[in-house]
Amino acid sequence: MSVFLLIVVLLVLGIAGYVLGRGRALSSVGGNPRKLHSLPGYYGWHGAILAILPALVALTMWVIAQPLIIERQLADFFPAEQIENDSQRVLLLTDVRRVAQGLDTAVAAGALTEEQAAMIRTEFGSVRDRLATVGVALGSEVTPQVLQAAQRYRELAATGGLWRMIVTLAIALGGLAWAVRTTNGDLRARNRVEVVILGLLILASTIAILTTIGIVLSMLSETIRFSTMYPFADFLFGLTWQPTFQGNSELGLIPLLWGTLYISLVSMIVAVPIGLFTAIYLAEYATPRVRSIVKPLIEVIAGIPTVVFGLFALVTVGPFLRDWFAAPTGLGTSGSSVMTAGIVIGILNIPFISSLADDIINAVPQSLRDGSYGLGATKSETIRQVVLPAALPGIVGAILLAASRAIGETMIVTMGAGAAAKLDLNPFEAMTTITVKIVSQLTGDTEFNSPETLVAFALGMTLFVITLGLNIFALWVVRKYREQYE
Amino acid sequence: MSDATANGIPASGAPAKSSLLTQDALMRKRNAAEARFKAYGIAAIALSLSVLFIMLWTIFTDGVSAFRQASLTFPVTLDAERLDPEGNRNPEEMARVTTIGYTNLLNDALVAHLAAEGISTEGVDDGDIADFISRGTPAELRDQVLADPALLGQTITVSGFASGRIDGYLKGRVTRETAAVDTNISVEQLDLADRMVEAGILTSGFNWRFLTNPDASDQRPEMSGLGVAIIGSAYMMLLVAIFTLPMGIAASIYLEEFAPKNRWTDLIEVNISNLAAVPSIVYGILGLAVFINFAGFPQSSSLVGALVISLMTLPTIIIAARAAIRAVPPSIRDAALGVGASKMQTVFHHVLPLAAPGILTGTILGLATALGETAPLLLIGMVAFVQNYPAGPFDGGMLDPATALPVQVYSWASRSDPAFIERSAGAIIVLLAFLVVMNIIAIVLRRRFERRW
Repeated sequence: MSVFLLIVVLLVLGIAGYVLGRGRALSSVGGNPRKLHSLPGYYGWHGAILAILPALVALTMWVIAQPLIIERQLADFFPAEQIENDSQRVLLLTDVRRVAQGLDTAVAAGALTEEQAAMIRTEFGSVRDRLATVGVALGSEVTPQVLQAAQRYRELAATGGLWRMIVTLAIALGGLAWAVRTTNGDLRARNRVEVVILGLLILASTIAILTTIGIVLSMLSETIRFSTMYPFADFLFGLTWQPTFQGNSELGLIPLLWGTLYISLVSMIVAVPIGLFTAIYLAEYATPRVRSIVKPLIEVIAGIPTVVFGLFALVTVGPFLRDWFAAPTGLGTSGSSVMTAGIVIGILNIPFISSLADDIINAVPQSLRDGSYGLGATKSETIRQVVLPAALPGIVGAILLAASRAIGETMIVTMGAGAAAKLDLNPFEAMTTITVKIVSQLTGDTEFNSPETLVAFALGMTLFVITLGLNIFALWVVRKYREQYE
Repeated sequence: MSDATANGIPASGAPAKSSLLTQDALMRKRNAAEARFKAYGIAAIALSLSVLFIMLWTIFTDGVSAFRQASLTFPVTLDAERLDPEGNRNPEEMARVTTIGYTNLLNDALVAHLAAEGISTEGVDDGDIADFISRGTPAELRDQVLADPALLGQTITVSGFASGRIDGYLKGRVTRETAAVDTNISVEQLDLADRMVEAGILTSGFNWRFLTNPDASDQRPEMSGLGVAIIGSAYMMLLVAIFTLPMGIAASIYLEEFAPKNRWTDLIEVNISNLAAVPSIVYGILGLAVFINFAGFPQSSSLVGALVISLMTLPTIIIAARAAIRAVPPSIRDAALGVGASKMQTVFHHVLPLAAPGILTGTILGLATALGETAPLLLIGMVAFVQNYPAGPFDGGMLDPATALPVQVYSWASRSDPAFIERSAGAIIVLLAFLVVMNIIAIVLRRRFERRW
């Protein structure tokens, strides 16, 4: 029975649990619902939950555990030296799984009977060719060990599937029986159901924690693997980035970090003044009518996907900068450059800074402004000398958050900054960033056992640490220097 | 009071040294600074809006031509001897004639048709004329013939796409100047194209297949379309909604209504706000490591894409849903509790229905952001070249390789042929159209159901 079918059966049992629980509760009080502790529906839900939930938990655990146990058993088929290495073992097991799936498909298509699939041997002809006839393409010829392992895999999977069904259904029926047995008019069904619901709510709220743990663990484990293959100090302080897929790569972080920071700097030079002045105008000068038109329009920029900005950088901004600035001044010949990417990221960040700064400026109490006007200051003097200083911590926080976004931005730099990792000051040169290199090292067919691939995880870790640090610092600045106006 | 007004009048006769009405130098300076400051603000807004406008305008003008396509229409005699050498109309045997056979047939037919119409082919040899026909057209003709062998021997009118360069010429992307330096096309071919347009062989029309075709290889930009990308994006959005909506609502109900104030819930809150600021590419790494390498889900599938995007979108949706729940006034809760509802009943029967429009609006806006997300999808292999449509949603289509609209934009933009840049911009138009629709739905929902308590 497939997992899907099992779940359907569980649902049916759940419905049965609902009907039985509700009916039994009502019959125990002679059909008078006023004598029940809870509303009749709660007895139904109580039955359904007991029928489904434990069985579902057991099924989930089984589905996770079964492949692990089977893989451990399969290890006996291969000589120890073949599975010593982690990546080799993974590759072999993938082969085994593919052959097993191929046999399954062949049986399903009627090309092999169940016995033939169990008896087929490499000695009697090419297994690959026979599987190819039913449309299962295998990369290379099947070795005897792999074939035997695949057959054993099918056997184990079949037995496992049978026991999975028996255990799940037994638990479900047991839960159902128990629910029916304990149900009577005095059962505090609502309280029990609500405890389960609360449990589910709590579970849902931990997803954020699980995601964070997942991010940290996935990157940390691969980064540690990377550090066993490549000296970590060379990664952190290396001045050249030159991955070659024959080995001997030089994977220094510094050029990438430089490119990232340089591009972010350019983007901040664009975004901070424009964003701040936009926010000041909207908060202090604009009439409500102008504000209600302009503010949504500015925020449209924030709603446009970054890949659109990427194409804009690639097709419009890059060639424009090259033809009008870089080429005439002799600074560069490339359309993709630090300036291209920086300016476009800056545009992307304008609405981010302006809407955050707008909120902060609006939070400055009117009394401060009135005091300043009372002393004879003009509006701009009030803004510069009273409002902005009062809003400064929030604005600094907004700028730091924008910087963290600029550092983590991927599509614009992938399409607009270039791929050459170098340490250069010329802003019209193509340079590259951490995010670009993560993309280029991890796209395409990759094996996860070379330092050239694993370095992407170390880069991701670096990026995560930098952006997280900036965020926390931004929050700290805001909290520490915030004036309290009560 | 009368004294005060009397004393307020300046003593007559004394010359006023300065007046509020005449500005001295300092005041002029200060007012100029004021005007400048205000002008900076206006300039900043004008600059950002004009950049927005320029960006949308260039993309629109670049992309709108992707929806038009030049086609060639000419009669072809389906020569039975060439297409069915065995002569017994068996599709299996006919399948031995590859697309090359059909290519030659089409080329000959076009050359013959030009001669019959009396169109001068001066300076253009037969091979150059063959270049007019898209490389996808023979394959389509072959499929058509194999599906209906009775067509053999008849003369049918074939209407197939013209090749990318000719298409580009009709759209103005390829000009005589660029053709002179392009080895793939000659000025003579363009002259011939002009004559063919006059004769009505080469026409240009709206290209529905841009929305339905799958991607095509570098050699055939004219055949490429957004079909797979749209299906992939639709699957992903569906799954993201299924994953995030219950999860987000449950989490926000707990955090808003039940969570005690302690370190654990503080940790969750800090976590959610930090996750909202983690760069999207980091989620791609997470998806690659957890869903593909660890859990073994198929690469490039919409399912993995949806899982990654869900994790990314969840913080946004939780934040929006919490705001909506918080906006429900406490009096509603008190009233429900007062008539004997349990806390859980209060939340599910009263608070949640009242917060639903707000939650839905936030979710749609979150989904709109998710629809444009590109970077994490690159890492889980959705940038792969996918030519087969994924299966239906109930046949495991969510596990089939697919691509997504924003990823298609990226992968077309990174190809060398300029015809793909046009397609890329066209894909953006489609993507933005979806985003606009989603945002309008959200705005309408908000207008229609928003309640001020």
